[in-house]
Amino acid sequence: MVARGAGDPLGRVVDVLIVGGGAAGLRAAIAVAEAGLECTVLSKVYPMRSHTVSAEGGAAGVIGVGDTLDEHAYDTISGGDWLCDQDAVEMFVREAPRELIQLEHWGCPWSREPDGRVAVRPFGGMRQLRTWFAADKTGFHLLHTLFQTTLKYPQISRLDEWYVTRLLVEDGRIEGVVAIDIKTGETAAVWAKAVILATGGGGKVFPFTTNAAIKTGDGMALAYRAGAPLKDMEFVQYHPTGLPFTGILITEAARAEGGWLVNKDGYRYLQDYDLGVPTDKPKLRSMELGPRDRLSQAFVGELDKGRTVETPYGHVTFLDLRHLGEERIEARIPFVRELCRSYQKLDPVTDLIPVRPVVHYMMGGVHTDIDGATPIAGLYAAGETACVSINGANRLGSNSLPECLVFGARAGLAAAEYAGTAAKPAARAVPDEPLPDGSGSGERIADLRTEMQRTLEDAAGIYRTGDDLEKAVGSLRDLRERAKKAKLDDSSTSFNTERINALELGCMLDIAETIVASALNREESRGAHQRSDFPKRDDEGFLAHSLAHQGPDGSPVVSLLPVTITRWPPGERVYGR
Amino acid sequence: MTVLEVSRYRPGIDAEPVFQRYEVPDNDDWAVLDGLNYVKDSVDGTLSFRWSCRMGICGSCGMTVNGEPRLTCGTFLADYDGVVRVEPLHGFPVIRDLVVDIEPFLEKLSSVSPWLIRSGEDPASEFAQTPAQLEAYKQYSMCINCMLCYSACPVYVLDPDFLGPAAIALAQRYNLDSRDEGDRFDVLSTDEGVWGCTFVGECTSACPKHVDPAEAIQRYKLTAAVRSVLPWVRL
Ligand SMILES: Cc1cc2nc3c(=O)[nH]c(=O)nc-3n(C[C@H](O)[C@H](O)[C@H](O)COP(=O)(O)OP(=O)(O)OC[C@H]3O[C@@H](n4cnc5c(N)ncnc54)[C@H](O)[C@@H]3O)c2cc1C
Ligand code: SF4
Ligand code: FES
Repeated sequence: MVARGAGDPLGRVVDVLIVGGGAAGLRAAIAVAEAGLECTVLSKVYPMRSHTVSAEGGAAGVIGVGDTLDEHAYDTISGGDWLCDQDAVEMFVREAPRELIQLEHWGCPWSREPDGRVAVRPFGGMRQLRTWFAADKTGFHLLHTLFQTTLKYPQISRLDEWYVTRLLVEDGRIEGVVAIDIKTGETAAVWAKAVILATGGGGKVFPFTTNAAIKTGDGMALAYRAGAPLKDMEFVQYHPTGLPFTGILITEAARAEGGWLVNKDGYRYLQDYDLGVPTDKPKLRSMELGPRDRLSQAFVGELDKGRTVETPYGHVTFLDLRHLGEERIEARIPFVRELCRSYQKLDPVTDLIPVRPVVHYMMGGVHTDIDGATPIAGLYAAGETACVSINGANRLGSNSLPECLVFGARAGLAAAEYAGTAAKPAARAVPDEPLPDGSGSGERIADLRTEMQRTLEDAAGIYRTGDDLEKAVGSLRDLRERAKKAKLDDSSTSFNTERINALELGCMLDIAETIVASALNREESRGAHQRSDFPKRDDEGFLAHSLAHQGPDGSPVVSLLPVTITRWPPGERVYGR
Repeated sequence: MTVLEVSRYRPGIDAEPVFQRYEVPDNDDWAVLDGLNYVKDSVDGTLSFRWSCRMGICGSCGMTVNGEPRLTCGTFLADYDGVVRVEPLHGFPVIRDLVVDIEPFLEKLSSVSPWLIRSGEDPASEFAQTPAQLEAYKQYSMCINCMLCYSACPVYVLDPDFLGPAAIALAQRYNLDSRDEGDRFDVLSTDEGVWGCTFVGECTSACPKHVDPAEAIQRYKLTAAVRSVLPWVRL
């Protein structure tokens, strides 16, 4: 069988193909359109369903008087435990304000000061007020603004509810993708001079996550299989405040507005973890406004001391917003209240919110340069799926939405430029890969997925050891073999979501292996990667990115790539003093 | 055990939708969507439905639950007694099982030019917009495109060409934005636009995000009426 394309038996041919319709993908699409080229946004869900929609707290960009680009850069670099590439960070902080203003010009309903200027709020690890916000639905407003704005450009077309299964690479150059039209179940090639991956993160490799069902790391796995390396995959961010059971995020903005983290005795425990002393009003880069890695690690400390509370869904501490009062909660973080009421059956105006650390964000991703270019010619990546890297070993909250905008736009421009000179790939018959079709006799997809998630949580959680990671390497290899024989109930074509789930599981297993292999290789503790058997940061050995290539046997091979330092030599991370 | 009675339709296999019963464990914390996922994961992998965020913001999990349009991730099994019947959103063509065709809805959204209409250069910094000016359209910017309002609308169910609540609210979201210079009169002030609405208000009752599309429609009727007689006036 050969791949087909609607109207064209060999598949359509486009200038630039963008895989993913979240913030990064849509921003890239507008950049391509404004450069005068045509592009197609292909996405496994309608763009406004992309997970950018759930971002709550805000987007960082220097705007206030008294703030400087250097301070934003320093906060980002120290927050990332010096694993960020500083040239990329400098470029990022310079372009972020412009991108956020651009969003304003496209209609984003940013929250405002009384005089009509855009308002900014404090955020974890930032020592100035520089986080723009649209109440606490920032990602929602940003995504809908971008999506609605794309409708204005005739150059932008879409393939909604299409799922990419493979990248087409010939002689080290991208030529397009193979994708399934989910509605019909048909497979087709989409040929393109340039392809931008904007497929988001992969939090679903863990059992307890703020990430939506669609965040299965597909783009990372696609690039990895096509020969591009994945960078810094061991750095997985736990957000300190997720609701137990659902994993729904309670945004850091709740702490920025003055919320406290307390243990079972009502004690603000962060003061015991070198994060400063409690003050009534929030203090920047201190206590509850420390960075996420340190706050999640402090939770484990409380757990070990027996100062957490056990619930049916794991141990918790509490977020206390009661002293903020109803008016402030309604004005600044209404969605937090809405979520607590609907999903936790409590009201933060009068009740403590139970919270526990929850997998939230992947610092790692497809290795790119500051234009989003990967080592495969014509293949770009941007947003959470890429690793430039501005996030290093720990991303600061509110840096990732502007990252999607800045690097989405840059990747769009670079791809447009490349496509302007590259030859059109010749549409031709490509061999169809075998799709999961229900002929397997093994285990259920969901059971395999659950086992993978448990494996990752046990071995690659907040604290890790070499022994546990070694064991996980074997378990994942075994799971990969078992997944090949998985049993599917559904062999039909139209909207076969079980088949999509099987393909997503394959992607997750690949990136899970890179997470574990990279974590095993990094024998130090830095940012979100804490090895109990190597508790210190080791700049001699590991001031370097991990690069995971897929080896000939399908397993990852990890090497190191030096970090780019421009003006901020590695130092101590100091919070609250 | 809770019994879910789920509408099934597989094109090419089923001639028309049929109901299938599944038993799911009782759990006070489970939303209807958790019940469906239990079925999908453990009982019957052929059941198809859309979902993603599980936090009421992506807008993909709208279905008809015991006859009413609901977000299934925010509707809890414990709130129902007896059998819980889950069907696709009424008023839309069914693609499969609980999945409906949303293309016509997207076309309606696109048709109202849902972007800032402006002539002239943008300033170097942001446009000033006071909190009161933001408040003027904010509510209409909260739509998650879940389409529950369409499913609840008696006009839309009879006339699929009716522009409908969410699209009109979206037009108003831009019309009332102090940065916008358009008025979207040609698409709104038509028989398929605001004048198609008989003011039943079901859309506003169904909306999980308090967008109040009914009010958006009524307000535009006034705007359109004034504009018809006094074309140079902008409300
Ligand atoms: C609950 C939550 C709150 C957050 N809050 C903030 C915040 O306040 N500030 C901040 O800066 N960051 C925040 N983040 C992080 C930030 O929202 C994300 O990192 C960012 O939105 C990712 O955007 P993206 O464009 O890279 O990917 P996404 O928005 O996830 O989009 C991915 C796209 O790729 C498509 N896709 C994926 N795989 C395939 C495939 N195989 N075939 C076709 N299409 C595919 C999907 O359909 C989707 O359109 C938050 C994250 C979460 C989970
Ligand atoms: S107006 Fe309300 S009910 Fe209608 S689509 Fe928008 S959010 Fe859903
Ligand atoms: S799953 Fe996103 S709104 Fe219900």
